[in-house]
Amino acid sequence: MTDVYLNGSLIGAVDNAVGFAESVISGRREGKVTSLLNVYYNKREDTIKLWTERDRVRRPLIVVKDSRPALTDEHMSKLKSGELKWSDLVKLGAIEYLDAAEEENAYVAMTPNKITKNHTHLEIDPIAVFGICTSMVPYANFNPSSKLNRGQKTQKQAMGCYALNFLNRMDTAINLLHYPQVPLVRSFTQEIYGDALSSGQNVVVAIINFDGYNMNDALTVNRASIDRGLWRSTYYRPYVTEKLRYPGGQIDDICIPQKDVQGYTLEKDYRFLGEDGIIAPEVEVSGGDVLIGKTSPPRFLGKLEAFSAAANIRKDTSVRVRYGERGVVNKVIVTESEDGQVLIKVDVREYRKPEIGDKFSSRHGQKGVIGRIVPPEDVMFSASGIVPDIVFSPNGLPKRMTVGHLIEALGGKVGALTGRSIDGTLFHSEGPDKLRQELLSMGFRDDGTEVLHDGRTGRQYRAKIFVGNMYYMRLKHQVADKLQARARGPIALLTRQPTEGKAKEGGLRLGEMEKDCFVAHGSALLMKERFDSDKTIQWICEKCGSVGVFDSYRAKAYCLCGEKTKVEPIEMSYAFKLFLEELRAMHLRPKLILKDKY
Amino acid sequence: MSSDSAPVSNWLEKNLPGEILADLEKTAKEHKLSESQKNKLLDELKKRYANSQITPGEAVGIITAQSIGEPGTQMTMRTHHFVGVAELNVTLGLPRIIEVLDLRKEPKTPSMLIYLNQPHNQSREAAEKVANKIRQVVLGELAKEISMSITDFSVFVKFDREELSAHHVSVDGMFDILLKQLHGYVVEKQDGGIVIKQKEKEIKKLYRLKEKIKELAVAGIKEISNTLPINRGGEWLIQTFGSNLKSVMLIDEVDDKRTTTNNIVEVAQVLGIEAARQVIIDEIMKVLEEQGMPVDYRHIMLIADIMCQTGDLRSITRHGITSQKSSVLARASFEIPLKHLINASVVGETDQLRSVVENIMVNQAVPVGTGLPGLVVKMKEPETKKRVKHDS
Repeated sequence: MTDVYLNGSLIGAVDNAVGFAESVISGRREGKVTSLLNVYYNKREDTIKLWTERDRVRRPLIVVKDSRPALTDEHMSKLKSGELKWSDLVKLGAIEYLDAAEEENAYVAMTPNKITKNHTHLEIDPIAVFGICTSMVPYANFNPSSKLNRGQKTQKQAMGCYALNFLNRMDTAINLLHYPQVPLVRSFTQEIYGDALSSGQNVVVAIINFDGYNMNDALTVNRASIDRGLWRSTYYRPYVTEKLRYPGGQIDDICIPQKDVQGYTLEKDYRFLGEDGIIAPEVEVSGGDVLIGKTSPPRFLGKLEAFSAAANIRKDTSVRVRYGERGVVNKVIVTESEDGQVLIKVDVREYRKPEIGDKFSSRHGQKGVIGRIVPPEDVMFSASGIVPDIVFSPNGLPKRMTVGHLIEALGGKVGALTGRSIDGTLFHSEGPDKLRQELLSMGFRDDGTEVLHDGRTGRQYRAKIFVGNMYYMRLKHQVADKLQARARGPIALLTRQPTEGKAKEGGLRLGEMEKDCFVAHGSALLMKERFDSDKTIQWICEKCGSVGVFDSYRAKAYCLCGEKTKVEPIEMSYAFKLFLEELRAMHLRPKLILKDKY
Repeated sequence: MSSDSAPVSNWLEKNLPGEILADLEKTAKEHKLSESQKNKLLDELKKRYANSQITPGEAVGIITAQSIGEPGTQMTMRTHHFVGVAELNVTLGLPRIIEVLDLRKEPKTPSMLIYLNQPHNQSREAAEKVANKIRQVVLGELAKEISMSITDFSVFVKFDREELSAHHVSVDGMFDILLKQLHGYVVEKQDGGIVIKQKEKEIKKLYRLKEKIKELAVAGIKEISNTLPINRGGEWLIQTFGSNLKSVMLIDEVDDKRTTTNNIVEVAQVLGIEAARQVIIDEIMKVLEEQGMPVDYRHIMLIADIMCQTGDLRSITRHGITSQKSSVLARASFEIPLKHLINASVVGETDQLRSVVENIMVNQAVPVGTGLPGLVVKMKEPETKKRVKHDS
């Protein structure tokens, strides 16, 4: 007897487990049982598990019956003529969906000619073993698998046109590429998913060192290409606020805040606000500027405080442009939120040109940042006048073995010359041999190399340089979002150490390992200076060793231990002072024993 | 430090290690150097020697830590490498280094390298003979058959004659061993085999008895579960899985001067702390060399010295060297701070702020490098009263 479980709970037992499972499957194929049902016979546990639950991941496979695929040529021709649809194939039992459990019982052949008598299913296409993004990598079967992982990762970070109604949307921190192009070399999945919303541009790539400006995965870019609009993008960031109501009838106020409001900054920060306290579209703003003027009632009112004058001062809770960001107000929306409150959204857009440090990638995990933007007259050129848009370092290739990268460049070249798109679908792409032949017939060298001349000297390079057309994506990591430095700035209240993070204008932490380097170099005094950011002077009693009091009114220090003792100013880090106080909070009494330093 | 100044030069002359001076004499003789040439060479030697000495205040510990730590980050990625297919698997890579520094009582793969005395290390056969003597043999290996009888609750062991003679034991010898090791059972000789009778009439227990008999150690050295003769530098030696240094060294054929184990704690017990120090160095260097990481020998020496400094082995953990730091704050800043702070306050400890960690905490100059030198001044009685600095 074999136990049978439906969605994890025991519903009965059967004698012939294999027969039962087979009858369920055949019933499903004939349409007697719902096609959403999956059976899994676990031989080792001797249990049968039926699953109908939602949210299982399932994938379609062609059914194999008696070593022959159930999907016939007749089906295919009917599909083409429109007589049949995909759902009809499922109904006919030619295609069925397996979940992760039932897959354990299946034996799937990759291609029709590999079917043996043991096979139960046939893969629709070998490309189905890959995900959407991975299958969009052209010539992916020429790359190491680890590079495929990276290639699909960078595609997710690429900017493009994420939705066609973007003008009506307000998404947080969005990048839009200005002139996205369909890739010259593409897989057929790209055609299905990506053509309408593609996310890159076709560029001419030369593979050669460029004065070391493209070493270590950097790219050198031709300034002429950027000047003509290559990879330009716009960055959108919406700012949102709500006019809230508080218990006790208090309410937020959208207005130009008065100067007596708590937290009021410089007058110039509010200069763009209209009478209604909201900024107008198409105004140029930068970090700190107020977009929506708002004041809030004081919080946490106690019984007595409500009557004091000081407590009735309202707080400035205006919405400001983030520190370090700039742009133009794109649109302003005033609506109602779900709770019926007034909701205000201000969208700020920033126009961005590629600059040094911005990140780009091909579809093979060959990502890199711009190392130098070269004046067009200095870039190498070929006799026919072809000037590369980007120069890629040949050192990125040997170790990573991304042969697909090179074949894409070759295919792109053919595509650009013939004006057609090249099929780079994994496993059945247009092969490199064919591409070479085509290049040769058009009067180019078949290996894709060309005679190039140095742009500065006009001299011909001794070696032939590989030049091709590739699809390059602009990734969302840009210097404009990350560049930050500070000398002085805000500190954290508790520790008196500089704040952390770009948004808070923070400092760069000199961490534990960096500290070790100072020690290793023996630069003790330099290190002390570097750690002086939370320096404090405490008055320490010579007798009792605890912190004394400095009376700045009388300019006199004394200790609470009462007797006439000497109290000395001692320099220490504020963190240490805090540490001593924490010890005291634990009922441990640390004492500082003072000694002359020398 | 330069050798130009006379006092340093003189000091060096007296303090150059004898070995170096002897080497100098030897080379001078070999190359027939003249007196002036020899002096020139000596000057160069002094210069090199002075240059290779560490400067006072150099943070050797941190530099050691960094020199091992940095390549160590790259090592994590390729840990599961083994010595070779033919030889026994011995843990190497980062796990092994951690094992050595943590002073694990029993390494994951204890292993010995047994050197043999003259006639025995000449051929594979000779080495194999010794290896067979060393390897622990369990009764199951010698038996042709071990059967249970449920009628009289007994286990019958029938021996394989060839196996017996290969391990230099007889049935009588086996009988004695079984008699000695099995208590509460009746052991009898029968038909050239041995019968062990159980008093309780319980099948489960009988089955357990059979398994126990199978695993009984009857010959060889305890702990050593496998041996492998290997050829190294033209001589045959034995690599083992499992380690028992004391017993192996007592065997006549074994060269007890060169035989080692990778179990550091065991070496310290059997041969003493100096030997343990050398094993620590060798074991770490072995891993580093296998991984192709060029770390200076002296860094490893420093680590081994610290671990063996007190005469006892101390691990590089919170139980080992860190627990013996004199500073409360230094101890508290490394794992379980509460314990150290509370204990310190119970005893009333004083922290002298003498080492690096504490001084970073209070933000004073650390006593390393430029922060080390102090000023020794004999102060006269101050003429005016000391000014009190004010916090502005």
